[in-house]
Amino acid sequence: MSAIETKKITIIQAINEAISEAMAADPKVIVLGEDVADREGGGVVGVTRGLSTKYGDERVRSTPITEQAIMGAAIGAAIGGYKVVAEIMLMNFTTVAMDMIVNHAAKLRFMSGGQTGVPIVIRMMTGAGISSGGQHSDFLEAWFAHTPGLKVVLPSNPEDAKGLMLSAIADPDPVIFVECTRAYFTPYETPVNVAPIPLGKAKVTQQGTDVTIISYSEIFLRATAAAAELAKDGISVELIDLRTISPWDRETVIASVKKTGRAVIAHEAVKQFGVGAEIAATLQDELFGQLKAPIKRLGAPFTSVPFSGVLEQAFIVSVADIVAAAKSTLA
Amino acid sequence: MATTSFATGANAAQPDAATQIEIYRRMNLIMQNDEASRKIIRSGRLMMPYYSQRGQEVIPSAISVNLNDDDKICTIYRGIHDMLAKGVPLRALWAEIAGKVTGTCKGKGGPMHITHPASGAILTTGIVGSSMPIANGLAWAAKLDKTRQVTIANFGDGASNIGAFHESLNLASLWKLPVIFVCQNNRFAEHTRYENGTSVDQISKRAAGYGMPGITVDGNDPYEMYAVANEAINRARDGEGPTLIEAMTFRFFGHVFGDDDFYMTKEEKSAAMAADPVPLYRAKLIANGVATEETLAALETDIAAQIADAIEFALASAPPPLEELTRDVYAEQGVA
Repeated sequence: MSAIETKKITIIQAINEAISEAMAADPKVIVLGEDVADREGGGVVGVTRGLSTKYGDERVRSTPITEQAIMGAAIGAAIGGYKVVAEIMLMNFTTVAMDMIVNHAAKLRFMSGGQTGVPIVIRMMTGAGISSGGQHSDFLEAWFAHTPGLKVVLPSNPEDAKGLMLSAIADPDPVIFVECTRAYFTPYETPVNVAPIPLGKAKVTQQGTDVTIISYSEIFLRATAAAAELAKDGISVELIDLRTISPWDRETVIASVKKTGRAVIAHEAVKQFGVGAEIAATLQDELFGQLKAPIKRLGAPFTSVPFSGVLEQAFIVSVADIVAAAKSTLA
Repeated sequence: MATTSFATGANAAQPDAATQIEIYRRMNLIMQNDEASRKIIRSGRLMMPYYSQRGQEVIPSAISVNLNDDDKICTIYRGIHDMLAKGVPLRALWAEIAGKVTGTCKGKGGPMHITHPASGAILTTGIVGSSMPIANGLAWAAKLDKTRQVTIANFGDGASNIGAFHESLNLASLWKLPVIFVCQNNRFAEHTRYENGTSVDQISKRAAGYGMPGITVDGNDPYEMYAVANEAINRARDGEGPTLIEAMTFRFFGHVFGDDDFYMTKEEKSAAMAADPVPLYRAKLIANGVATEETLAALETDIAAQIADAIEFALASAPPPLEELTRDVYAEQGVA
C-alpha cells in the first residue's frame, strides 16, 4: 500500500484550502461576506485569510454588516454566472437574511421552472460551549433541512470539511455549510490532496453489531468518544457521520440499523422537531418489527443556549449522555 | 423636482420619432393586456391573484427603450408591465398566468413569479423589497464580467420602508454597481396612503443618505421618464454607479383585483383616471405629427390580435405533467 501524504491541519485551514483550490481552478468562484478580505483580517476566525491577497479584492469582497444585501448579491451574482461562497458570520445571523435564503435562493429554480439556478455556498459558524449566549450559538439546521431547494452540510473534521466544501462550491444549488466553532481549532492528520466528497453520502467510521450511533458536526466527535467507552464494556458500536443532512443518506443509515437493530441519534440542536425525529420516523417506517429497542434521540433541551458555564455544559449533549442512551437500548 | 443635478430642458435626452412610437406601442400593449387580464378573471375563465398595473404604463415603457436585450430587470408582483416592456413573449406569459406547461416557468411560478432570462427578465418576486438585493447581485456579476450591462430594480413606494431597500442602496453605492433603482410611487402601499407610511415627502430624498443621485419624476410623462432613465442608465454603463428614480404614478384598480378601494377617495381616483397617460400620450403623438391616427390604430389592432392569440394559446395548452411537482427543486431532476 502506498502511503498517503498527510499534514496536520484544522477545519479552518481545510475550508480555506478548499475555497482556494476552487478559486484557482475556476475564475467564476467568488467570495463575499463581512470581514472576509485580508484588509479586515480574512474572516473573524481566519477561514478566508490570504484569499484576497492571492485572488484579488474583486473576487474576495468584504461587505458591510448587511446580511440581506450579502445574500441578495450572492443570489444575483450566481444567477449571473458566478459560483459564490457567501459568509454569514454566525448561524443566528441567517435570521436577518431568511427572506433571501428561503424565499429566493431555495425557490428560484423551482418557481422559474428550472430557468434560474442559484449555485451558492452559505458558510456560517455556530455552537454552544464558548460562552457566547443565546444569539450566537444556535444550531438551526432543521429549519434549512425543512426547506426544499437547500442542501445542508455539517462536517465534523478537516478532511470532510475540505472535500464537502469542494463539492458544495461545485454544486448547482444553494448549500448551507455549517461549521462548529468548538471543532474549528483542533488539528488532524489530513491528506494533502482531498477529492470532492459527494453531498448526501454518510461515512461509516466504525463497523459494529450491537447499536448504531448516528450523528454529525462536533457531536459526532463525542459519539466517537462514546463508542470507545462502550467498547470497554464489550458493546460493539457502528458509527455513522451523516456529514450532509439534506439530502441525507437514508440507505446507509437504514442498512446499518437493519444490521444492529438499535439506533441512537445525537445532535446539538434542540431535540424537539430536530433532525433526529426525521431519522427516527424513517427508521420505524422502514424497519418496523426488526428493531430490538426503541430508537433514542439526543439533543438539547427545549430552551435557549444559556450563558452560565454550568448551564451551557448541561445544554450540550455529552459523551456520557450518548453512552447512557446506547446502553439503554441494550438493557 | 430634481434633488441632484440631472439634465433638463434642451439638455435632456429626447426620444426620436421611432422611439416615441415604440414607447406608445409598449404602453398600449400593457394597457390592453391589463384590460384582457381583468376581463378574463371577471369571466371566471382564469383564476389568479392579479395586481393591475393600469395607470403605470409609462414607467417601464419609457425605461425599457433605453435597454438592450442583455440588460436585466428584477420586479415585483405588480410587475407584468415591466415584463411586457422588457419583451417577455405574450404566449409564454399568458400560459404562465394560466398555469400551463407552455408558460415561461412551466406553470410553476404563476403571475407573481414570471421569469424569462432570454428577455433579461430575471426575477419577479412576491416579497415587497426583495427585487433590490438580487438586482445588486446581477449588477455585480455584470461589473465583474466587465460588460456594460445594467440592471433595473423595480419596486413600489411601500418597499422603500423595508430594510432591504436601505441595505441595497448602501451596498450598490459603496460598490458603484450598475443598477438603477426605480421606485414606482403609486401613492399607496397596499391600503396605506403614502404619507401615513413614509417619513419623507419624497422617496428620492433618501438617495442622499446613500451617496447616490436621486430624482423624483412624473412617471406618467413619457418624455421626462425617458430622459431621466436614459441619463441614469448611461451613468451606470459608464461605471459611475447607481441612481434612485422615484417615478410618480397612480394605480387605477387598487392593490389586488377585487379590492374595493375604500381607502382612497372617489375624487382622487377619478382625477387620476381622467389623466390616463395612455390616451394623453396618444393624442400628443398625433398632435405633434409624430404618428398618424391610422398608424396608431393599426398598431393597436395588431396588439389586440396578439393578445387574443396568446390567450387562446394559453387556454388550449396542457397543464404541467405531475412529475413537475418535484422537478426543479434541485438541478438533478426529480429529487424529492
